[in-house]
Amino acid sequence: MERLIYRRLRLQIIGLTLVVAITPLVLLGGAIYNQFERAHEARIEDQMRLLANSQSSVVDVFLRERTNLLGILVERHSFDEMSRQEFLERLFETLNRRSDMLGLVDLGVIDASGLHVSYVGPFNLKGFNYEQQPWFSEVMAKGKYVSDVYMGFRLFPHIIIAVRGRTGEHQWILRATIDLEMLNQMVRTAQAGRMGDAFIVNQNGVYQTQPRFDGQILEGSGMDPKRFSQGVTTVSKDSSGRVTYYYAGSWLKSKNWLLVIRQRTDDEVGGLVHTRNTAVTIVALGVLAIVITTVFIAHIVVRHLAAVQKELDAMSAQLVQADKMAALGKMATGIAHEINNPLAVIGEKAGWMKDLLEEEEFRQSPNAEEYFSAVAKIEEHVERARKITHNMLGFARRMEPRLDDVEINRVVDQTIELLANHARTNNINIHKRYHPSLPVIASDHAKLQQVMLNLINNAIDAIGSNGNIEVATALEDNRILVSVKDDGPGIPKEYQRNIFDPFFTTKANGRGTGLGLSISYSIIEKLGGTITFESEPGKGTIFRVNLPVVLPEKK
Amino acid sequence: MPTYSVLVVDDEIDFMETLVNRLTRRKMEARGVPSGEAALALLNERTFDVILLDIKMPGAMDGMETLREIRQRHPLAQVILLTGHASLETSMEGMRLGAFDYLLKPVKFEDLLEKIGAALGKSQPVLP
Repeated sequence: MERLIYRRLRLQIIGLTLVVAITPLVLLGGAIYNQFERAHEARIEDQMRLLANSQSSVVDVFLRERTNLLGILVERHSFDEMSRQEFLERLFETLNRRSDMLGLVDLGVIDASGLHVSYVGPFNLKGFNYEQQPWFSEVMAKGKYVSDVYMGFRLFPHIIIAVRGRTGEHQWILRATIDLEMLNQMVRTAQAGRMGDAFIVNQNGVYQTQPRFDGQILEGSGMDPKRFSQGVTTVSKDSSGRVTYYYAGSWLKSKNWLLVIRQRTDDEVGGLVHTRNTAVTIVALGVLAIVITTVFIAHIVVRHLAAVQKELDAMSAQLVQADKMAALGKMATGIAHEINNPLAVIGEKAGWMKDLLEEEEFRQSPNAEEYFSAVAKIEEHVERARKITHNMLGFARRMEPRLDDVEINRVVDQTIELLANHARTNNINIHKRYHPSLPVIASDHAKLQQVMLNLINNAIDAIGSNGNIEVATALEDNRILVSVKDDGPGIPKEYQRNIFDPFFTTKANGRGTGLGLSISYSIIEKLGGTITFESEPGKGTIFRVNLPVVLPEKK
Repeated sequence: MPTYSVLVVDDEIDFMETLVNRLTRRKMEARGVPSGEAALALLNERTFDVILLDIKMPGAMDGMETLREIRQRHPLAQVILLTGHASLETSMEGMRLGAFDYLLKPVKFEDLLEKIGAALGKSQPVLP
């Protein structure tokens, strides 16, 4: 039962402490990890934004340079010159020789009616009419045009740049095809890591360059470019599907194209995983330390508590014993008082009868001896009852301490003297071992003598005959110790608990009242001392009386 | 051999009478009364060498009260308190009030006689 309570208490202490200690630790760990994750994400986003931005600028510059080049050509050369096939061929050859990274695939001149009048390049496009093509009217209206990737007459994906020229009243168009591979390469340099991708889509989300992974040029990318706002580089996270991607999109300035950098999150989170593992390890170690400490402390606390409780129990048991003694004492006093008066009457009446039996007339009665013996028996038993009631009163008697100046050695000496005859006839030697200079204390000489008489008498009775008793006095820590040791048979274990209880006796019927030790206990307690014993069956018993040194008042 | 006078004051009539009889038989002039008032009334007429006085008695005057009166009026009479109700307090009080001794009932008759003898020895007036 009690063990269960302590076990539950221990579990409660452990549970509560663990919750209180571990919760903040885990929260802190989580918060730090979360913070780190966010910082990490922000860093990735920054990198991607920068990359998208710079890459889109590069593509922008690429397209603008070529557009500007065509613009310069139409300004510097007239339609007549340009429409001449040889001139155009020479110009194209010069341009490609001077600038090998120009990426011009072909060059063509289209007149106002949409007719391709001259052309240099791998395709035979001379004579095609572009009047119906949507870009034609746009160039005529706006002056320059960069196309999306389209198939056109060549049935091959390409982009064109077209610029309008004006010679007098005559309007015409210089058109060039750009090598798509150059654009592809340019964008591909931004494909970072194992899983990073970079590509361009038009405003409808159609691939304008070849993506690194799934998808083909001119196919729909499935993206909605409107998610990315104009003029700024936007980063977004897309968790649809099994993998999460970061997207960074940057619109080109000179063309409604969106340059997209795509990064798989798991490609970028290696550092993050490492950090998370570290955090989890630290938290786990912390938790382990807390658990061990808590269990250890709970164990100590509960053990201490149990010890205190045990001490308390012992103390309360002692209190109960004292209470029992007091109640018994009160009862004993009451009974003794009530019995003393009738006992006195019986005693006196018996005495009176004895007195009368002395007279001559009674003496001659044939039953005189019987009368004498009966009266003597009455007197004997009155005497026996008297001893009991007087002992009971002695047991309960309140003591006024500091009555006499007491020399303990003298008290012991007198007692031994009283019992010397008794001991000698039983062949028992009494050895004295006195402290030579015990202080004189304020105590009750008669009561102490009663106690000593009791203890030594008990020792003699315990031995029976042939044995030794050692009576010793000593001074220890400002207390006087008196011990009475016999080499009798000892007190059986089962009796040891009860020997101070009133009316408890092991002596033959009528030999003892069972009050001696309880009276002694009561007396010594009231004198501020203690009385204890040790007994080993077969070896003997030692009683120890421990008295405080209370110095007498100066008279 | 002078005859000594003894007064027994006890509300337990059986005890008082028997004690008076036994003392008388031992050549003492013994009288018995059942209360403190009766004792004081008798003491107005004469005095006793030894007075055996019970402490707990019914009536207006208990043993202590009676003892106080006796000590004032008959300082030479020796009072032995004889009671079944003993406590250290009452015995000390009795001794303080000038009782010769204090005995607890029932008392061995021989002890009582011895005590009376001792009291008588003490009660011999010291002549100037």
